[in-house]
Amino acid sequence: MNTSESPSPQRRFNTRLGLFLFLVYLALYSGFVLINAFAADKMEIIVLAGLNLAIVYGFGLIAFALVLALIYGLLCQKDPAEDIATEEAAAVPGDSK
Amino acid sequence: MIYDPAPLAIFIFLGFVFGTVGLSFYLGRKAKSSEGYFAAHGQIPWAVNGVAFAGDYLSAASFLGICGMIAAYGYDGFLYSIGFLAGWIVALFVIAEPMKRLGKFTFADALDAKFNSRGIKGAAGISTLVVSIFYLIPQMVGAGSLIQPLLGLPHWVGVVTVGVVVIMIVVTAGMVSTTWVQFLKGSLLVIFSTVLVVMLLQKGLTTDTSSFETIGPLSEQDLKQSTIAGRKVIPPTGGWLSTEGKTQEFIRFVPEDGRAGYDIFHIDDIPGSDEKLLRQAQSVTGSGASKLIDGAPNGRETGERELQPIGHLSKLPGGETSTGPLGPISFFTTIGDSEVILWGSTTITNPEGPKTTIYYQKPTSGERVLRPGEHPKFAGIRGESFGDKLNFLSLMLALFCGTASLPHILIRYYTVKDGSAARKSTIVGIATIGFFYVLTLYLGLGAMTSGALDLTDTNMSAPLLANSIRPWLFAVISAIAFTTVLGTVSGLILASSGAVAHDLLIGVMGIKLSGEAQVKVAKLAAIIVGGIAIILGVLFKELNVGYLVGWAFSVAASANLPALVMLLFWKKTTKEGIIASVLVGMISSLGWILLSRDTFKSVYGLDPDNAIAPFSQPGIITIPLAFITLIVVSLYYRSRDMGAQEASA
Repeated sequence: MNTSESPSPQRRFNTRLGLFLFLVYLALYSGFVLINAFAADKMEIIVLAGLNLAIVYGFGLIAFALVLALIYGLLCQKDPAEDIATEEAAAVPGDSK
Repeated sequence: MIYDPAPLAIFIFLGFVFGTVGLSFYLGRKAKSSEGYFAAHGQIPWAVNGVAFAGDYLSAASFLGICGMIAAYGYDGFLYSIGFLAGWIVALFVIAEPMKRLGKFTFADALDAKFNSRGIKGAAGISTLVVSIFYLIPQMVGAGSLIQPLLGLPHWVGVVTVGVVVIMIVVTAGMVSTTWVQFLKGSLLVIFSTVLVVMLLQKGLTTDTSSFETIGPLSEQDLKQSTIAGRKVIPPTGGWLSTEGKTQEFIRFVPEDGRAGYDIFHIDDIPGSDEKLLRQAQSVTGSGASKLIDGAPNGRETGERELQPIGHLSKLPGGETSTGPLGPISFFTTIGDSEVILWGSTTITNPEGPKTTIYYQKPTSGERVLRPGEHPKFAGIRGESFGDKLNFLSLMLALFCGTASLPHILIRYYTVKDGSAARKSTIVGIATIGFFYVLTLYLGLGAMTSGALDLTDTNMSAPLLANSIRPWLFAVISAIAFTTVLGTVSGLILASSGAVAHDLLIGVMGIKLSGEAQVKVAKLAAIIVGGIAIILGVLFKELNVGYLVGWAFSVAASANLPALVMLLFWKKTTKEGIIASVLVGMISSLGWILLSRDTFKSVYGLDPDNAIAPFSQPGIITIPLAFITLIVVSLYYRSRDMGAQEASA
């Protein structure tokens, strides 16, 4: 495995997109954890449809993880190096017995 | 509680076991090579792999542990659901594609892709074994807990059954059969949990004021009489005497109907009044066959008593006694406006004989069970102690970082054909796992109000909730819970056997093995690891299922994640830095856990105040420590190598 070869532009884009979305989620998750740790009383405030912040924020974090995952899946670009590797693997049948 | 083995449950359970083993033998012919055994030839469809991720990940801790914790204390258990799911974001956005690109069979492959170092293979192989074994113990303990109510067999039979079945699954077809068993289990778990939640909402909520007696209101003077409300008081002796400076908490009565033992009541304050209420409690003295329930031998015959199921609402909004069907939001708002009976416990030391644990009712506002901070482990977030808050932050950090560091999860990326398939399967995994975790809050709160809970074993909450709705659902849910253990344990044993055969024997010791010989050694390793898991599962049967999983997450996040992330994103990373980071992360987190309050109390049985670690969860210290170690060691070796190159030039 060679990790030193320069990644394709598509792979670089995917990596940057992944890191950006990761930071967005990290900010939201950190907000949830910090409110719980330092202002737990705020979690009792009713914020939506009679539900408190703890439930809305908690369900929101789970739903938002899926939304971000779908965005990532839609925006990611196909890495040409991956196609070549897959074709090479297909061209060499059998395995290392 | 005494469980009656249900024939339907036994039938469904055996169907699951024979079905999974049969599937493994059928698939066994496809896994003769090392690629087939360790990575299913990289040919698993991404959608199947995504659901198998759920099957691998949703362990006994998720299904039994989280639901049980919510059932006993409310929202706090859901914090685990949130943390466990958030960890998948790290897996998807940071780890998934590079893992597939870099590795082949094991976690060590990816970490060692750039360096081909025996040291990295050794450190990563050992770390895989340590994390997997910590993760294995609670799964095996959970299996033992399940087999008791399901089949009426002793705990150790459950542990041995799981061990033997899983060894057969792993040995016959490695990753191929493991994947399909996990796919099957992941699908069934989510489908039937959804069915259970829908039936729960259809049933709605009801109050129960008759299962346990309430006497009063009574004045202080009334409580000093030898007869209260026509019932004869048993004069307190030994440990039942109230100690100086402490008011009496319990009163025992001679049973009215000539039954054995005593009727015990907790003395409760009435808010805004000097008067008291007596609420019925339950007591357990001793353990094992000589256990006494409310002072009488445990059993259903004449002269015996058994613990009564618990978990009910004492008040619904507007004085209603039943709500009828509820929606997914009104379920929460109704509980929020109700009064729930939670149960506390306290211990009485008898001068002669074993201790008595008394379980007593704690009427609690519904609002409180829908907010964090009721569970003793999380109560610190409502206190003033900064250490308690750090402990909470540390746990949530370990959950966030731990998922993408679990070896048995990471090796699943090798079973799909490319990085794109790895990405898609993670998205399917997040959807499946996220949906299940949403259900855990309904299942846990449903169990809390089901009137079917076992006072001494919260792990059984979800199956008992099913039993309170339909007995056939109990059979199915219990069998699925058992399959849950099978799926996760299969993945763990496969990861461990790969670490032994591929990383330690071939990578570190340099033993040359053909692909088929590698598979044979891995199968032998699977049998040995499975045997060790059986022994540990029997030895640690008293430990909380969720407790050791927390350990595994902390060790995995500290040992594996820093090295993996830095390898991917920091070009100056050296092999020495990776080895040091894995070892420092593993040893420091393990050492911290062994010296923590929780371990002093729960494992050693020592005074937690003597613990050396200032708080129990190590992640907030040991994860950054592993990062710093990698940076310092890598910089040191780079500057040394550069200096040596300049000197030789």
